[in-house]
Order: sequence, then C-alpha cells, then structure tokens
Amino acid sequence: MNAVPTPLAAASAGGADLLLWVAVPYVCLAVFVVGHIWRFRQDQFGWTSRTSQLLEHRWLRWGSPLFHLGAFMVIAGHVMGLAIPDSWTEAAGISEHTYHTTAVWGGSVAGVAMVTGLGMLCARRLLTRTIRLSTNRSDKLLFPLLSATVLLGITATAAHNVFGAGYDYRTTVSVWFRGLFVLQPQPEAIADAPLLFQLHALTAFLLFAAWPFTRLVHVWSAPIGYLARPYLVYRRRATPTAAPTAGGRPQSASGSRRAA
Amino acid sequence: MRVMAQVAMVMNLDKCIGCHTCSVTCKQTWTNRTGVEYAWFNNVETKPGVGYPRRYEDQEHWKGGWMLDKRGRLVLRSGGRVKRLLSLFSNPDLPSIEDYYEPVTYDYDNLVNAPAGKDIPVARPRSVLTGKPTAITWGANWEDGLGGAPEHAGGDPNLTGEWAEKVKFEFEQTFLFHLPRLCEHCLNPACVSACPSGAMYKRVEDGIVLVDQDKCRGWRMCVTACPYKKVYVNHATGKAEKCTFCFPRIEAGQPTVCSETCVGRLRYLGLVLYDADRVGEAAATPDEKDLLDAQRNVFLDPSDPEVIAAARRSGIPEDWLDAARRSPVYALISTYKVALPLHPEYRTLPMVWYVPPLSPVLDAVDAAGGNQDDPDHVFAAVTRLRIPLEYLAELFAAGDSEVVAGVLMKLTALRSYMRERTLGEEGDEAVLKAVGLTIREAEDMHRLLAVAKYQDRYVIPAAHKEDAAALSAMEDRCPVETSGDPTDAAGRKVMLGIPTLRRNTSGG
Repeated sequence: MNAVPTPLAAASAGGADLLLWVAVPYVCLAVFVVGHIWRFRQDQFGWTSRTSQLLEHRWLRWGSPLFHLGAFMVIAGHVMGLAIPDSWTEAAGISEHTYHTTAVWGGSVAGVAMVTGLGMLCARRLLTRTIRLSTNRSDKLLFPLLSATVLLGITATAAHNVFGAGYDYRTTVSVWFRGLFVLQPQPEAIADAPLLFQLHALTAFLLFAAWPFTRLVHVWSAPIGYLARPYLVYRRRATPTAAPTAGGRPQSASGSRRAA
Repeated sequence: MRVMAQVAMVMNLDKCIGCHTCSVTCKQTWTNRTGVEYAWFNNVETKPGVGYPRRYEDQEHWKGGWMLDKRGRLVLRSGGRVKRLLSLFSNPDLPSIEDYYEPVTYDYDNLVNAPAGKDIPVARPRSVLTGKPTAITWGANWEDGLGGAPEHAGGDPNLTGEWAEKVKFEFEQTFLFHLPRLCEHCLNPACVSACPSGAMYKRVEDGIVLVDQDKCRGWRMCVTACPYKKVYVNHATGKAEKCTFCFPRIEAGQPTVCSETCVGRLRYLGLVLYDADRVGEAAATPDEKDLLDAQRNVFLDPSDPEVIAAARRSGIPEDWLDAARRSPVYALISTYKVALPLHPEYRTLPMVWYVPPLSPVLDAVDAAGGNQDDPDHVFAAVTRLRIPLEYLAELFAAGDSEVVAGVLMKLTALRSYMRERTLGEEGDEAVLKAVGLTIREAEDMHRLLAVAKYQDRYVIPAAHKEDAAALSAMEDRCPVETSGDPTDAAGRKVMLGIPTLRRNTSGG
C-alpha cells in the first residue's frame, strides 16, 4: 500500500507533471460534468445514438456488436484495474499471478474485439460515401480520439504485458487515477510510467472532455428501464409546463421539435 | 370499463383513383426535409404489388407486429425485452435504404445555367445521399397502375396459397386497386411497445400515436416492430419519425391534410370510443379470423347510456360524446359493418379501416359475361369468384373471404337498389333484405358513401379550451422546423419541397 501523500508531496512534482497529471485531468473532468449537464438541459433533441444503420448495414452488423461488447468488457477491466487497489484483490485471495493472467487474457480478447469492431466502424465511415457525408463535426472529433485512446491502450498492453516483461500499472497509474477522485492527486505516481501508458491516460481524459459534445452521450441513455416498464405507453397532451418554451435557446433551434 | 376516445379513419377504396394527391400534400406538409426524403407518412400502393417498403407485409421476414407464443400469450414478433436490448447494437430486422429507395433530387440548375448549345439541357437525377448522379431504379409508387407488375407483383406477400397462382399467371386478365396507407394509430401499437426509451406514446385524449423527438435516442426498434412499416428513421437526426395524424389540425377540429386534399373524397374521420381495458384481451384472440369481431367488440356504442356514463367518468367532454354519436367512422365500422381493418392478423388493432373495393369484382363479372347492374349476377360472381376475393380477404380479413364477400354483397345490393331509385323506379327491397338492410339504412349509407358531404365525412371535435395554453405553446411555430442544423436559427429557411442536397458537406 502506498503512503498517504501530503499536498507538499504533490507540490514537489515538476511543473509539467502537475499540468499533465493534475490540471489537465481536472479540467477534463470538469468539462465532462458541466458539459453533460449543459447538453442534457439544452439539447434533448440532439441526444441520440445517431444511428446510421439505415444507410449501411453490412459492416455495422459485425462491427457494432463487436465494438460495443468489447467496450463493455474493456470498461469492466478498467474498473477492475484502476478502481480496485491491488491490496483488495490480494485480500480476496487473488494472487498477483492469477490477476495478471486473467487481465492479460481477458483484456486481450476484449481489446481485440473492440479494436476490430472500431476498425470496421471507422472503415464504413470512411469508405461508404453516404456515411462519410453524414459524418458531422463531433464525429470527426470523436472517431480519431476514440481510436487513438483504444489503440494506445491496446498497444501499451501488448508491448509491456503480453510481449514485454510486464508492467504493474496497479502500483503507479492506478494510484494516480484513484488519487484524482479522492482529491489527493499524486502526479508523481504516473510520472515515471512508460510513455504508452501516459499517452493512453492523456487521450482518455481528452475523450472524457469531448464526451458530452459527441454521440457518446447515448451511453447514459442505455434503456435498462425497458426491461421493467409496461408495454403500452399512454400520455396526455402536452401541458403548458412541459411545452418547450422554457430554456434560454432560440426557439428555431432544433430542440423545439416536439413530435413527429 | 375504461373509456377512451380515438380519432380514426375509414377509406372507401372504390373511390380511390390513385392520384397520389394525399401523398404529395402530406409530403409537402411533413417530410420535405433532409433526412426524411424517403419517408412517406402517407403513400398509395397499387395492389397487387409488393408495397412500400418492398414486401413490408412479409412478417416472417420483417418481424413486425404481434403474435401468440406457444402458450397463447401475446408477444412481439421481433422478440422479447431482453432480445431487443441485445439487438440494440445492430438490429437484424431493420429495412435498409435499398428496401425503400435511394432518394434523389434533380440538377435543376443545369436547366437555366447550361451554356447555349444544340441540345436542350436536361435535369439529371442526383442522389440525395451521395450527391452523385444516379439512376432511379425504385420509388415509393414504382408499381403505380401495375407498372412492372409481371416482374415484381408476384412478390406480393399476400399472394399465398393455390389461388394465388392464377393471379401470377393470368396477368392479361388482371385486376388492380389502389390502397392509400398511413400510420394506423393502433389500439395495441407494436412500435410503442418496442420503444426501449419510452419515447413513443399513444395520446389518451385522441389515440394519436406520436414519437417524442426529445426522448427518442435512435434505437430504431419501432421501425422493425411496426408491421405496416410506417415509422421511419430520419437519417439526418438519427431519430424516428412517423405520421402524426396531423395532430395540430385535428386539435383544431380540422381533417388531416391527406383527408382534406383527397380529390376522391374517400376518407372519413371521426371518433370511436373504446374500452382500453379490453385491448390486450382482444389482441390475444386465439383465432386470427376472430380478430375482426374481437376488435369491433372493443369499440363502445356511444349511444349506450352505460357507455356515456363511463365516458363522463373518464373525463371525455360532452361535445366529444356528441361527435362520437355522429361519427361516420363508427357508422361504417360497427353500424353498417362495411369497413374492414388492414391486416388484422398483425394483432395491433389498427384504426385506419377500409371499405373494400367492388371494382375488381365488377370487372370480373363483366369478363364472365354477366351484367354488373344485376345484383344476382354480382352475388353469384362474388361467391364463385376465387380471385380477387381471396386476395382482398388476405388484406382485410386475415384470409376469411366470407367476411369480404358479405361486405361486397352489401355494397352491391346498396348500389343496385339506389340505382333503381335514382332512375325513378320503386327499388327492389328484397335485394336489401337479402343483405340485412332496411330502406332507411340504405339511404343513410348512400348518403354517407356516395353523396359524402364534407360535414358528414369529417366529424372532428376540436381539442378543449381548458388545454388552450398548451396548444398555443405550439401555435407560433411549425412543429417540424428544419432539422439539426443550428445555423438555420438566424433566418428560417422555407423549404419548397425540393430535397436539400447536402451541398455544404458533399464537397469535402
């Protein structure tokens, strides 16, 4: 277990480290939170998965499930690796070796599925003209950023943990990551991590910052409630309070459309 | 008993001339926007034909509507809740743009900007999706008037069974009629039940089924679930859109645009009261052929004092009850029983009903050397005829040709009797008796079906003044302003029905 750092210890890190591993993450997280609140309140009409299956379905049929299911596994793996301290897994009787083997194998399967899926989705976006033309500015930000994050992540894992000597990110990167959320930033924990891990962490935070402004918001609308709700939905006509005249945006913007 | 009111429609197919005015005015009103160029909230199909989108009636393939599982429970054909969530990433049963058609615009600029030359400039078609010149190979009414029928009409999913062979192989003795279609605003809507976000809903007050554009997240399950394929994905906004039954007009007591502009005056709009508690039970009727009666039994008689009392308890206003009593739709469906639902076997309890067309039958009577003015000839022909009676039965009665024959005989008797009366003769009451009509009823039906005055066809009570605040919130703007692009915000663009080719993006 790492010693509890003091603010002084954080301050002792270099200026560049402070900027990269404290300032940038906090700014990104702030943008993430505020951006989501703003978008949810202002742009319900734009809040969608922006499906393009109508225009192209042959690539999507394989690419989209591969990407999404792979992503779920990858996210689960990151929760395991970043959020749960190694002392906890040790206490649960999982040896470092068992953890490492599971992480490498599970992570590889998940990573390969996600990369393959994302590759197919990017390919259809670039190669199918109808899809390319329907790509908007937020997609042009999201797809490269997401691809960079995913590729850096899988490359880091491959280079250091599958083919390399093995790098225990749980004592460095994870410590830094958790430190951010308990408001005790430890930039020095990640400062000496391999470059690939550092770049992966940085692009991931940039992705968090971009998240609320892209189609990624549809993640928060995963329709789990559908499993429990009655099939038929009846609703009364819009009441004055529900009418979309509230809100500070010009009425002619797209959010004013109610039903079609 | 939980009484609800539904604004419903009946179309008298004998009067449809296939002019597509309804489709065009609907398109101009609702779908002349980027992203829904291919969407036709109202379209007119030639039957027999594959329809729009292609073969949409083939539910084995498209998985629309409801069915009964092995234990007799009502389930969505596209699968249960878990299966639906698992197919979020890629919906295996979603029609692709090829099943509709590639929307096009034309190089209108070329007509005025082409340099002087020997040849007259032409406006070539250009794909709205790719911006490239394209060849038009399909459209929403490609088979209009049986165009291309020898090649395609055999693909009509209603042509099943032995009798269908005759239709396929005797096209020189062909028949056709037009079938205008719009959203059915079903009592048991499969699209609403399939929407994972709960964005689709049926309005309590008038039964209109709508998509909440602010709640839709683009999971596109409604498109699959709707057996009539009347929910469309807007490919620009990534959200579902569908026929609104022109709710802003209905709320103002006006007929829908398709009805208002129908030159054949074949559409009827009116209220039907129904018992919302019995909807599920009716939709789960074991035998498909009993679905028609089951649905009629869900409708409530607006003159029945018990129904009136229950309706008042449900908060249905007096003028609505009065309108329900004068409803032409209720009269055609339940009193005269001449209107039939389109594909009741989908179990959605659709609310746009059709008076089946006599014309293909009369043509066949002519072809057989009979006199189509003589009801005996027509009665005989109606019972003997294998085509198109069974074809009509596939469409309107889950294959029960007796139901269709009964309606056609009623229409024949009415026609024959009123023809004699119009020619100054007595009129043979026996003909009416044979189909169970009285003289009074015949006159009323004639007034409704043949004279068809505007105020008789459309009995629409306006939405209530108590709700005026809610309505005025909608009033100062168009419910379907231009899509997505915030740059429209400054100066509102008026679209003239010419699809906006995405020129601003197609350059890159």
